[in-house]
Amino acid sequence: MTMQIADSVSLASPDARAHAAAARDSLRTEPPAIRIAIIALAVTFLAIFVVLPLVLVFAQAFSHGILAYFAALAEPEALAAIKLTLLVAAISVGLNLVFGLVAAWAIAKFEFPGKTFLITLIDLPFSVSPVISGLVFVLLFGAQGYFGGWLRDHDIQILFAVPGIALATTFVTFPFVARALIPLMQEQGTQEEEAAVSLGASGLQTFFRVTLPNIKWGVLYGVLLCNARAMGEFGAVSVVSGHIRGETNTMPLLVEILYNEYQFVAAFAIASLLAMLALITLIAKTVLERHLVEGDESRDH
Amino acid sequence: MTIEVKNLVKTFGSFRALDGVDLKVNDGELLALLGPSGSGKTTLLRIVAGLDWPDAGEVTFNGEDALAQGARERHVGFVFQHYALFRHMTVFENVAFGLRVQPRAIRKDEATIRARVKELLDLVQLDWLADRYPSQLSGGQRQRIALARALAIEPRILLLDEPFGALDAKVRKELRKWLRSLHHEISVTSIFVTHDQEEALEVANRVVVMDKGRIEQIGSPDDVYERPASAFVHGFIGESIELPVQVEGGVVRLGDQPLTLAADGIAPGASKLFVRRHDMLVGPPGSGAFEGAVHHVRNFGPVQRAEVVLSGGETIEIDAPRDRELRAGDTIGLAPRRYRIFAG
Repeated sequence: MTMQIADSVSLASPDARAHAAAARDSLRTEPPAIRIAIIALAVTFLAIFVVLPLVLVFAQAFSHGILAYFAALAEPEALAAIKLTLLVAAISVGLNLVFGLVAAWAIAKFEFPGKTFLITLIDLPFSVSPVISGLVFVLLFGAQGYFGGWLRDHDIQILFAVPGIALATTFVTFPFVARALIPLMQEQGTQEEEAAVSLGASGLQTFFRVTLPNIKWGVLYGVLLCNARAMGEFGAVSVVSGHIRGETNTMPLLVEILYNEYQFVAAFAIASLLAMLALITLIAKTVLERHLVEGDESRDH
Repeated sequence: MTIEVKNLVKTFGSFRALDGVDLKVNDGELLALLGPSGSGKTTLLRIVAGLDWPDAGEVTFNGEDALAQGARERHVGFVFQHYALFRHMTVFENVAFGLRVQPRAIRKDEATIRARVKELLDLVQLDWLADRYPSQLSGGQRQRIALARALAIEPRILLLDEPFGALDAKVRKELRKWLRSLHHEISVTSIFVTHDQEEALEVANRVVVMDKGRIEQIGSPDDVYERPASAFVHGFIGESIELPVQVEGGVVRLGDQPLTLAADGIAPGASKLFVRRHDMLVGPPGSGAFEGAVHHVRNFGPVQRAEVVLSGGETIEIDAPRDRELRAGDTIGLAPRRYRIFAG
């Protein structure tokens, strides 16, 4: 039998084989003209909406030469904005890492009434306009707000200062870590934790030796997206910052101010930093997604 | 270690998973909890392990209250149906986990831990897999590693939740034999949960048959097979023919036909007659309590399985030896060699 099959294969003419291959291909692909048209459309779209703006940012930033670029970044105002942005991002990512881990842990590993409501609440910052997120804090902590009087009496400055900016940013970026972790932890279930406890591990040992290693790529993924949004947030921060130059201007706010003052090189120099952050984030995101998929595969076996 | 469970009740919402369970497990025995899904066997096991808590009742280990302790303090080895190996650790680290998380005061040094893990991997005959990750192992290998991991803490009790449920039939049979010989070797008090009667009868010293959160019968594998205590046990264990009968004045009737079967000590009223498939002896028409026409015959190795339509219209399946070939259309007499009648 095997001999016969081998013979019939070797006897098939090259022509017949080419024909069969062509028939196979035509099942999977379109005619060349349509292929080229569709690809050209996609490339044009990408070029106009993604590549061109990105190139323009850098072109404008360097339009007066590399020295002007670095001089613009070395301005005290620019340095203050970069410092403030890094500080606010560190605070809000730190807080959201803790909140996100706790929320995801509670939602994925335990059953309690009001769970669906909590999941909806976590998503709230995504569905509310950032401007409104900022206004909420003005209503709470502003001079006419609920806590305004008390805060003034005790000489505590929240609005138009770092705490307000950090609060608004934290609120807006709250869902990222929790959202990255909830499906991952739900899928992993509680059996490994149960096994760890029955083997004598304490709650903390279980968390650090079993739970955390299993979700570490998910945590990094959430932190990365949270950080990108925290550094780039404009709307909510704009409402609470007060735009005090050199004090409460984050990088996105400074870009707007400089642009409105026709300081294009300076505006685009800062913007180029944000654009670079976006590129780095994208690359890191791709790497992390690969790790997450690998984790999935090892689980499936 | 003896385990005693008294009047255990557990509900999930409106579902009564355990409905007053009493059980005593003797030191060193291998006990099987057998029942259909939803019978409460896994819930019982998880409560003994400390992974779930009862609404009411007592659990004692050697007379001391186990419910006062968490899973961590109970020193119970638990083997999960889906292994629950730590996927980011090697096989070696999985087995070593229980030793590494011990409080510093009693934790062994690294050399002792290594020696102990090596010993356990030898015991489950998988020492050559020490550096692999769980995802690189077959199901049977994973479950043996899970067992080695549970044994690492020298558990007072070993609990196995459907340990072979996720494995294919051949591996399951091998592991069954292996588990029995392993238990013989280490003789730690063990409870294992299964819905597979063959597994329970083959592996366990004693079998507990459960249904709807209650224990139906506790006994040796022979007891539950040969002397089932209830209609449920008879129907669940072994392949049985079940016929609805009426008992009146010592006479058993199927439909309106009286059967030549003794019904001593059976309360009058609607009852159920149980006969094992292989206990129906085939003879010429009129030779037994039943008569019927062979409808369909299939051969299964040493036996032939025949679908027979009784004269009253009921269809039953019997297993007959192949020394006398049955053919579709034959009219035969059937005499139950052994049978049981349960009221209700």
